[in-house]
Amino acid sequence: MSEVLLEARDLEKRFGGVRAIAGVDFRLNRGELRCLIGPNGAGKSTFFKMLTAQLRPSSGRILFEGRDITALEPQRISRLGIGIKNQVPSVFDGIPVYEGLWLAAASRHPGAEAAGIVSEILERLDLGGISDHLVGTLAHGQRQWVEFGMVMALRPKLILLDEPTAGMSHDEVKRTAELIRELNREAALIVVEHDMQFIRDIAATVTVFHQGRILMEDTMANVQKDPKVREIYMGTAADA
Amino acid sequence: MAEIRGSRGGLPERRWWLAVAVVLIAALALPNLVGEYPLLQLSVVAILSLVSMSEGFLWGFVGILSFGQTAFFGLGGYTYTVAALNFDQTTLPLLAAIVLPALLALVIGYFMIYGRIGDLYLSVITLVVTLILEKAMRATSGSQYVIGSVRLNGQNGIPTVPSLAIPWSHGQTLDLTGVFYLSVVCLAIVYVALRLLLQSRTGRVFVAIRENDQRAQLLGYDSRVYKLLAFVIAGAVAGFAGALYGVWGNFVSPDMFSLSQSAQILIWVIVGGRTTLVGPIVGCALIEYLTTALGTAAVGQVTVIMGLILMFAVVFFRRGVIPSLGDGARLLWRHIQSRGARGANVSQ
Amino acid sequence: MEQTVIILYQVLYSFSFLVLICLGLAVIFGMMQVINLAQGEFIMLGAYVCNVAVKDGVSLWLSFLIAAVAVGLFGILVERVLIRFLYGRIIDTLLATWGLSIFLVGGTTIVMGPTTNSIPAPFGTMYIGAYGIPAYSLVLIALAFVLLIGTYALMRYTRAGLIARGTMQNPVMAAAFGIPPQTVYMLTFGFGSALTGLAGAIIAPLSGVSPTMGIFFIAKAFVTVIAGGPMVLLGTISASALFGSISGVVDYLTSSVLGEICVLLVAIVLLRLLPSGITGKFRRGI
Repeated sequence: MSEVLLEARDLEKRFGGVRAIAGVDFRLNRGELRCLIGPNGAGKSTFFKMLTAQLRPSSGRILFEGRDITALEPQRISRLGIGIKNQVPSVFDGIPVYEGLWLAAASRHPGAEAAGIVSEILERLDLGGISDHLVGTLAHGQRQWVEFGMVMALRPKLILLDEPTAGMSHDEVKRTAELIRELNREAALIVVEHDMQFIRDIAATVTVFHQGRILMEDTMANVQKDPKVREIYMGTAADA
Repeated sequence: MAEIRGSRGGLPERRWWLAVAVVLIAALALPNLVGEYPLLQLSVVAILSLVSMSEGFLWGFVGILSFGQTAFFGLGGYTYTVAALNFDQTTLPLLAAIVLPALLALVIGYFMIYGRIGDLYLSVITLVVTLILEKAMRATSGSQYVIGSVRLNGQNGIPTVPSLAIPWSHGQTLDLTGVFYLSVVCLAIVYVALRLLLQSRTGRVFVAIRENDQRAQLLGYDSRVYKLLAFVIAGAVAGFAGALYGVWGNFVSPDMFSLSQSAQILIWVIVGGRTTLVGPIVGCALIEYLTTALGTAAVGQVTVIMGLILMFAVVFFRRGVIPSLGDGARLLWRHIQSRGARGANVSQ
Repeated sequence: MEQTVIILYQVLYSFSFLVLICLGLAVIFGMMQVINLAQGEFIMLGAYVCNVAVKDGVSLWLSFLIAAVAVGLFGILVERVLIRFLYGRIIDTLLATWGLSIFLVGGTTIVMGPTTNSIPAPFGTMYIGAYGIPAYSLVLIALAFVLLIGTYALMRYTRAGLIARGTMQNPVMAAAFGIPPQTVYMLTFGFGSALTGLAGAIIAPLSGVSPTMGIFFIAKAFVTVIAGGPMVLLGTISASALFGSISGVVDYLTSSVLGEICVLLVAIVLLRLLPSGITGKFRRGI
C-alpha cells in the first residue's frame, strides 16, 4: 500500500465564469493530520465538497488509496472510507440523536454491532443525556457534536471536518481538539479552521488556500511568519 | 453507559400487536351487527384506505410527494378486469394487478429518481402520467380498442368486472360479506407489513432520506435505490387497491385516474396526517363518511368543502389536520392543568 | 399547398392557444416561483365573467376587458388570503392552489349550475379549400401575439416592469427604493391573474363555458410553463412553439386526444433531459 492516502491532481471547479478552485494539487499521507486555512471564498469548502462528490469537479482527478474516485457517487466514496462533517451541520433534524448515530453505524455494521458503536459514541461525546432528543431541537454546538458522532460511527479512513468548532464554547473547543487527536490515531484528518490557537493545539501541518489555489504548505509557525499569508489576511481585514 | 430509552427499530411492542388484533377482530364481527349498505360503505373505505396509506407512506416516511397514485390505482383496476375477463379466472389477475402497477412504478420511478429530478418535477411528472393514462383510457370508446376479448369502452368504463372466485371452490364467488372480510384483512396485512418495514433497517433509512437525502448518501446509503423501492411498494399497494375496487363495485372507469381522484387521496392524507400509517386510514374514513353523509345531491357543496380543506390545511395544519388538532388539544389541556395547579398553590 | 396552409394554421392556432392559457401562469411562476394549479379555474372565471357580461348586452370586446379586471382583482384577493403565507414553499403552494381549483369548480357549480353555456363566436366560418375554420380563431391568434408583445413591453420598458423584475431578483434592494416587496408580489399575482382572465374570455367563444372547463387546460398550461423554465416569456414562447407544433401536427393527422398525449409524453422526457426547463441554462431574464 502506498503511503499517500489522498491525492488531488490539477483539480478545478468553475461556477459560470468564476473559478472557485483553480488548479489544486494536493497530497495527504496515511495517518496525517492537516489543517486548511485561508480567507472566506478561498475554496476550502468547495474542495471538501468535491472530495465527497457533493460537487463535481470541472476538471482534474481525485485519487483515494491510489484509486480514481473522481466520478464516483457520494455513497460509494463514503463506503470507501471518507467521512465529512459539512460547514453547515448536515444532520437528520426530525429524528432522535440515537437514531441518527445508529443510521451511520448501521451503514457499515450489522445491527448488534451498530448498537454497540452507538453506545460507545454517545458516551465518548457525552451525548447520552440527550440521546432521545430530536436533533432539530438541539443548539448549534450540540448539532455539531451529533454530526461529529455520525462521522465517527462510519469509522472512516479519512475524516474531513469543515469548521468543527464554529459556534462552540471555549471548553467544547478544547474537547474537540482532544477528540481530533484521538481520532487521528486511527484515521487521517483534514480540518478547515479559522481559529489559529486551535490549529496550534492540534499541531497539524497547514495548507493555505487563496483564490482557489494552494498558496503554501508548512508548519503553523512558519505559515504565520510568511509575509504573503500576512498580506492576504491583512488584506481581507482591510477590505472588511 | 448511557441509558437508551424508547423503542427504536426491532419488533413493535406487544401492546401494538394487541391493539391491531382487537381492532381486526372487532371489524370482522361487524357483518353480524350492521346491514348490507353500511357494510358496502365500510368495504370501500378499507379499499380506498390502502391507496391513502400508500400515499401517506411515501409522502410521510420517504418524503416523496406523488400526485399520481391514481395512475397505479387505475392501472390495477383495469389490469384485474381485463385479465379476469380474458382468462376467466381471478386469482392470477389479482396478482397481475399488483405486478403491473409495480412495474409501471419501477419504470417511472427509475426515470425520475435516477434522473435526480427535484421534488417539484417529481410531483409534476406523476401528475402528468396519471393524466396521460386518463386521457388515453377516455379515448378508447371505439370498438377497435380491445384487449384480448375485452372492449375498453372509453368514458363509460367496464361495468362487467368479475367478482373474485374463491380458489378451489368450483366457481363460488365472494359475496358482499366476503369482499368486506377480504378488504379489511388486506388492509390489516398491508398496514402490519408497512409498519414492520418502517421499523426495519430499510425503513429507518427511508426516514433518514426524508430528513436529509444528502446526509444519507454521505453515510453511504444509495438513496436512489431506497426511494425507488418505496415508490414501487407504494405503486404495488395502490394497484392492488385498484383491483379490489373493481371487485367491490364490479366496475372500473377512467375516473379512477382522474385529477379529482388524486386530489381526494391527498386530502385523505392531509386530514389524517402523515406522521403515522393510521392517519391516512382515519382521514380516508372520515372524508368518505362526510361525503356520504352530505349525499349525492350536494355534489357542489362537497367539492367546495374538499377544496377548502386542501387550501387551508396546507397553511394552518402542516402536520395534518387531525394531528394538529391533537397537538392543540394537548396544549390546551396542559394549559388548563397548569392553571389548575397554580390555583391549588394559591389556595394553599 | 392547401394542406401546408392547413397544417400551418393548426400549428399557429395551437401555439397561440397555448400562449393564451400559459401566459398568466408563466408570469407568476417566472417572477414569483409560485405555481398556480388553479390556472384552469382562473381561465374558467374569465370565461364566465365574459359570458355574463355578453348576456347582459355588453359588447364582446368590452367583456374581455371586464373579465381581465375582475379576475385580476380576484387574483389579488387570492394572493392576500392564501398565497402570501406560502412563499418559498413551492410544493405547499401547489397543494393549496389545487384546493383552490377544486373550491372554484364546486363554487361555480353551485352558483352558475353545472351546464355548459356558449358565447356565439363572431365572424362565422372561413374556408381554406374545403376545410372550414372559425374566422374568430384568427382573432384569437392575433390577440395572443398582442398579449405576448404587450407583456414583453410592459416588463422590459416600463417602470412597473423594472420594479417587478428588481424585486424578484432582490427584494431587500427593491424595498430600499421605497417599494414594499409584498405590494409588488400582490400586483404581480394580480397581473398574471388578469392575463389569465382575459385569456379565458378570449377563448370562451370557441371553447364554451362550464364549471369544469379548467381541467382541460391545466395539464397543458402546467407542463408548458414548467418545460419553458425560469425565463417567463422566452420559455413560454419556446415551449408553446414546441408543444403547439406537436399538437398541431398530430391533431391534423389523428385525433386531438393523441395530440395532447404526445405533448404530455414529450414534456416528461423534456423535463428529464432539461430538469430546469428549456431556458434553464440561460441566465435569468424575461
